[in-house]
Amino acid sequence: MENVSSIWYVPAAILLHGLSGIPGLFCSRRSTRAPYGAAGLSLAASLLGLFGAFQVMTSHAAPPPLALPFHMIGSEDWSVGMDALSAFFLVPLFLLGGLGALYGLRYWAQEEHPENGRKTRLFWGFCVAGMALLLIARHAILFLLGWEAMALSAFFLVSAEDHLPEVRQSGWIYLVATHAGTLTLFAFFALYYRITGTLNLHPIGGDQAGLGALSALFLLALVGFGLKAGMMPLHFWLPGAHANAPTHVSALMSGVLIKMGIYGMIRFIGFLPAPPASWGVLILISGCLSGILGVLFAIGQHDLKRLLAYHSVENIGIILMGFGLAMIGRSLNRPLWILLGLGGCLLHVWNHALFKGLLFLSAGSVVHTTHTRRIDRLGGLAKAMPWTAALFLVGAVAICGLPPLNGFISEWFIYLGLLHTLNPSPSGWAAISLAVPALALIGALALTCFVKVYGTVFLGRPRSDAAQHAHEAPLSMRAPMLLLALLCVLIGLFPWWVTPMLNQAVAVWMNRPSAPEMNLAQHVPLNLVTVIGVAFFLFAGWISFRLFHSLRRAGGKTSLMPTWSCGYARPTAHMQYTASSFVQALLHLFRGIMRPHEQRPDMHPTFPKEASFSTHVDEPVLDRQILPLGRLLSEWFGKARPIQRGLINEYLLYVLLAVVALLVWTMPLGRLCECLFTR
Amino acid sequence: MNTALLILFHLILLLAIPPLLPGIINKIKALAAGRKGPPVLQLYYDLFKLARKQVVLSQTTTWTFIAAPVVTLTALLIAGLMVPFGSFPAPLSFTGDLILFAYLLALGRFFTTAAALDTGSAFEGMGAAREVTFACLSEPALFFALLVPAKMSGALVLAELLHAPLTATWQTAAAPMVLVAVGLFIILLAENCRIPVDDPNTHLELTMIHEVMVLDHSGPLLGLILYGASIKLFILCALFLHIAMPFQAATPLGNALLFLIEMPLTAVTVGLVESVMARLQMRHVPYLLIAAILFCGFGFILLVR
Repeated sequence: MENVSSIWYVPAAILLHGLSGIPGLFCSRRSTRAPYGAAGLSLAASLLGLFGAFQVMTSHAAPPPLALPFHMIGSEDWSVGMDALSAFFLVPLFLLGGLGALYGLRYWAQEEHPENGRKTRLFWGFCVAGMALLLIARHAILFLLGWEAMALSAFFLVSAEDHLPEVRQSGWIYLVATHAGTLTLFAFFALYYRITGTLNLHPIGGDQAGLGALSALFLLALVGFGLKAGMMPLHFWLPGAHANAPTHVSALMSGVLIKMGIYGMIRFIGFLPAPPASWGVLILISGCLSGILGVLFAIGQHDLKRLLAYHSVENIGIILMGFGLAMIGRSLNRPLWILLGLGGCLLHVWNHALFKGLLFLSAGSVVHTTHTRRIDRLGGLAKAMPWTAALFLVGAVAICGLPPLNGFISEWFIYLGLLHTLNPSPSGWAAISLAVPALALIGALALTCFVKVYGTVFLGRPRSDAAQHAHEAPLSMRAPMLLLALLCVLIGLFPWWVTPMLNQAVAVWMNRPSAPEMNLAQHVPLNLVTVIGVAFFLFAGWISFRLFHSLRRAGGKTSLMPTWSCGYARPTAHMQYTASSFVQALLHLFRGIMRPHEQRPDMHPTFPKEASFSTHVDEPVLDRQILPLGRLLSEWFGKARPIQRGLINEYLLYVLLAVVALLVWTMPLGRLCECLFTR
Repeated sequence: MNTALLILFHLILLLAIPPLLPGIINKIKALAAGRKGPPVLQLYYDLFKLARKQVVLSQTTTWTFIAAPVVTLTALLIAGLMVPFGSFPAPLSFTGDLILFAYLLALGRFFTTAAALDTGSAFEGMGAAREVTFACLSEPALFFALLVPAKMSGALVLAELLHAPLTATWQTAAAPMVLVAVGLFIILLAENCRIPVDDPNTHLELTMIHEVMVLDHSGPLLGLILYGASIKLFILCALFLHIAMPFQAATPLGNALLFLIEMPLTAVTVGLVESVMARLQMRHVPYLLIAAILFCGFGFILLVR
């Protein structure tokens, strides 16, 4: 009985979220109350949805699917259903959906954005509702409806400030990319319908299709969902869209929207029976590529939000590495690989939503007060905004996968899964463990990138007036960040709290609802993580205590002096290392891939003038492939332009020629002459 | 009782011996150069002196600057609990601890470099940039190096996989072991900022890596950093010894003695390398580290081929 009612929470939450922006439409642009109504509805809807999701994940039996009383194509009723896998993705969605609405109250305040505030809140609700709908949809058409609701409202969210040309451009690129993805999904579901004869979503039987059809399905899903997930090289829309959207929208997009692509892959590639191991290897390799290239190009960025966007590509890579391992495990029938790979993959979905949400929201606080996204114009913000700085630090440590925070736990699962391929497998599969050093490289590069960001933005001295006069974000912006940071710490210290839910989701994916051996806690010493994490904090606390004790004993006050500049008496803020100079050596090391444009100072004359050094790295796919291709195409088609000069008599001539050509084509020549000349 | 004794032995080694190593290295370098050199126990004296000093803080710094030495030392000490010393077991060992070990070192690096940027000094930014850049190469090399004993032993526990070379694998897998030993030695030099990657005795801030990052730390904070650096050297030497000198004595006492002989020997080797080599140009350091990746990578490939 409880199960029957539990399925209603999420549809109710979807309805509330979808409606949350509508009352605001009837209020005046100057109304300051309407935003509170929308945020309140969003928060209430999120609480309801979270309650429903957790209820499904903690109860052992999934509620039966619920048939909706209408249908459109075919005779089957649309149905929605909940299982642990759907619920697992619903949690970060509702979390960020609610917290982002709260954050947007002051970040995108109606009085600061009178022309697009209402629009943003309306589509925020639609977007969250669309994603929740696709997560619980059990019918292809319903799934696509949710998918398009998400994709289109995200377009309106990205292009909120559509008076700016770069925002419009990013919006259009996003729209083209998302519709290319949707088109691929149409093909996917059409093929699915042809194979199974139904649009209800359930696994394909082993005897229903040959390897060719299944491979086509696999590739369609990989491309269609990969475009949304931002997998390299299909990520080209992502950096621009994330950078130019309002920051709480970037948090939602990076935190959960691109994860819908991951959900689609996990769900629908999981439908395909008896996958060959090469599929998993392909996913693993694209994961490694996305991870390494994503973080490399992140290092080259000097726009705070663009940099974070590239880190989404990196983290999608890590997620795909876990999923690839799980797919290989499924082909070779190794439950342990599946458990650790998919477990790490899913946990990283949560973790990335938490720390990337946190990072984007803290970046938003910075942008809100300084009005610039350029890292090299910031600096020293930790003094003016201590809360934001500390919270950003938590996110930065977490995203680098460092202990004792949550990023470490999920990367650890994936590492362990990859290491398990070393033995006792036949030697050929040990090559999979080459992904281990790749993951280590990703980790080290991410560390470089976040030391750069944290050091340049929050530490040192202000590099501009804007950074000089920064102020702390208001409480309604700090509270969501604080909650996300707390969750990062909690998952890092007490991972055994989430593993039962992970086990359930993995069991759903494997179609093995109750398998006692599929228990992450059995294979990973999670209790020790708690012990070590707590010991870490206690130990660090003890050392700090001793430190202050010894300082007091040493005779009181610590003296404050200017930074030692090796004898130079008047250092200025301009002498600090900038983000460009910090990563210059690394860019040089990877110049073959990054191809940075360096603007070097000219130091020729005896008395050099004012000089500056800066680097710029292009987007590898958009700037280097797609745009040149587009220019080439438009050049080719430009050659056809002389025949289209807007003269009506020329067009009449074309019509005549076309008619003659058609006549020649359809009739034998003799018959034509006969018609024309004999009467 | 026996395990308690072993843990105590491990802790004493971990806490007390490390400052000896830089002393030995400096003594060897001095002797090789025909100088008398500082006493072997010099770092102990320095640490005691620094512990009683006041601190001068830069006006630019925030709490990150003070937190960095504390976090780094804590991370290194916990990492030190996972590495077995000689043929003794490690006090803290569990499945997958090798990942935690590497990431604890990375945590220390995050905070040390962040603290360097906290001062707003160009020199310290330079040091931090070099440190993280070189770490991007040494970290994959370290993982490659650990993959080899992991493959040989089939274990995912640092203590077990490092003991794998003890059981007669020199005969079966000599080539990979030699390659990995060379690779690990390069990693050891690079991670601890020794010649040929970094010269701890250089007099010019422009050419430093580690020393320049901690220019502004003083008093007990500097003491924590120096102590932490010696512990890092000690841990990585212990790790290296497992691959380079997989010998075992018959009795526990013999094993303890063996370890206490091997460890200074490693320091002597590092000292000799420093005496006969000059520091590489900064732009050539990546080639050395890539060589380390190749050594360890080829070792792994030889093993799984």
